[in-house]
Amino acid sequence: MSQESGRSSEDGAAPYSFGENWQVSELEIARRIARKKRNQKNILIATLSSILVLGTLITIIVTSPGFKLLSKTFFKWAYGFEVLPKILLGFMTNVGLTIIASICVGAIGLTLALVRTSKSAAFTPFRLIATGYVDLFRGIPMLLVILLVGFGVPALQIKGITNNVLILGTVAVIITYSAYVAEVLRSGILSIHPSQRAAARSLGLSNFQTLRYVVMPQALRRVTPPLLNDLVALIKDTGLVSILGVTDAVRAAQIQTSRTFNYTPYVIAAILFLCVTIPLTRLTDRTLRKSIERQNAQGVA
Amino acid sequence: MSNPVLELKQLRKSFGNELVLEDISIIVPVHTATVFIGASGSGKSTLLRCVNLLERIDDGQILVDGEDISAVDVDPDLVRRKLGMVFQSFNLFPHMTVLENIILAPIKVHKKSRGEAISEAFELLSRFGLKEKANQYPDRLSGGQQQRVAIMRSLALKPRLLLLDEITSALDPVLVNEVLSTVRDLKSEGMTMVLATHEMGFAKQVADEVCYLHNGRILEWGAPEQLLENPKQPQTKEFIKRVQEAGRL
Repeated sequence: MSQESGRSSEDGAAPYSFGENWQVSELEIARRIARKKRNQKNILIATLSSILVLGTLITIIVTSPGFKLLSKTFFKWAYGFEVLPKILLGFMTNVGLTIIASICVGAIGLTLALVRTSKSAAFTPFRLIATGYVDLFRGIPMLLVILLVGFGVPALQIKGITNNVLILGTVAVIITYSAYVAEVLRSGILSIHPSQRAAARSLGLSNFQTLRYVVMPQALRRVTPPLLNDLVALIKDTGLVSILGVTDAVRAAQIQTSRTFNYTPYVIAAILFLCVTIPLTRLTDRTLRKSIERQNAQGVA
Repeated sequence: MSNPVLELKQLRKSFGNELVLEDISIIVPVHTATVFIGASGSGKSTLLRCVNLLERIDDGQILVDGEDISAVDVDPDLVRRKLGMVFQSFNLFPHMTVLENIILAPIKVHKKSRGEAISEAFELLSRFGLKEKANQYPDRLSGGQQQRVAIMRSLALKPRLLLLDEITSALDPVLVNEVLSTVRDLKSEGMTMVLATHEMGFAKQVADEVCYLHNGRILEWGAPEQLLENPKQPQTKEFIKRVQEAGRL
């Protein structure tokens, strides 16, 4: 059984202290010194190669003939600071849209995934609909969905349906991302070994209880990293609703740029997106690393 | 031989074109243990899964306490409340602690209060010497401990019949004993059991009847001393000889 192994020996220090007077052997001391030397050498190599590569790149960019013009039109920080409040206001639209959309996407995506993985005969029509939905909206570029919903729905002139481009844009984002998230959740559900279901059912748990208490908790834990990936992508893709005329960060930057023909607002908008996406990406990395550690700790059973 | 807890009548099961079980008929009286032996692929596991309605049979009948559970209108969830099943690969829920594993079904299936379920679980845990593991996750337990928790999880539902499917096959020899002694305790407390196992010595101790399964049929059956020491059929002889050579009798 490999369950106990592979946990404690990683931190380098001796994991066990059976004997009271354990003396580190000459052999081990020599090994530790050799390891330390090798680490130092590796750090030195990494530093040198980074300086070399990055230095070369920066030199190429800075010495290029158009660099002066470029830094004036893209990196005029004083101007950037001036337009920051307006772009930040637009960016709040992106943040709000992301929050609302991710809640709706979670609910719809989960429903679609559950319907697609259900086996009961009564669900057959819903299963077909869910499969069709996922196929359709995973296969269309989101920009097209936004255009079709944003301009198509108002054209229907149905009473009571909004013409608000912000709402329509949000709906388009939700429609598309629900299809993506449904597939991530479905793969998580299918990844749980059938023996877990068998164990739960043999305890007398109903199909729904098995899903609720045994399958879903494990599936969700497993797909958290890819779901966080989708969240990062969702934040960026909210910028696409600007095509409908929604004043988000992208649109706000566009408005400023068209006034002055200076592209710094675009850079500012990009930095605002990065301020949110980079921390989230790091968080994704961390959860991924944790779930791998957990899996390794679980062994073969 | 009154009160059979389980009765199988001419049970038949196939997967596609492959016939897995044929003409299986047994009677398991209350407080007895019936042990199935046989090579891998002889149908032992499938038989237990059929009884627990995890597989649908092709023909025949399964009676639990005289009630036909193979009838179409039977609710499998209600049947499974009466039957406990323990698997070769433990199948504990890895996201729950030992205690949570044990109390899940009593709370959700038997609708017991959390407090009642917990105190009953602790009773079981201390009886089998695992009280201090109550709040550990399964991956911190040895294989033997995990399997004993799996047995307790089934016992928490107070089943009429316990189905044990090669519960020691995934354990190393040192851990096998602690699991087997747990089963011996259960047997002496009067639990009715059906087991599939490769542990012949254990079968001899615990079984009231041993059935030898060969290619999906019960080739020979009888009292453990008779079948394991004086088998009549040449195939049974051959099988027991092979197991002896492997050093497990």
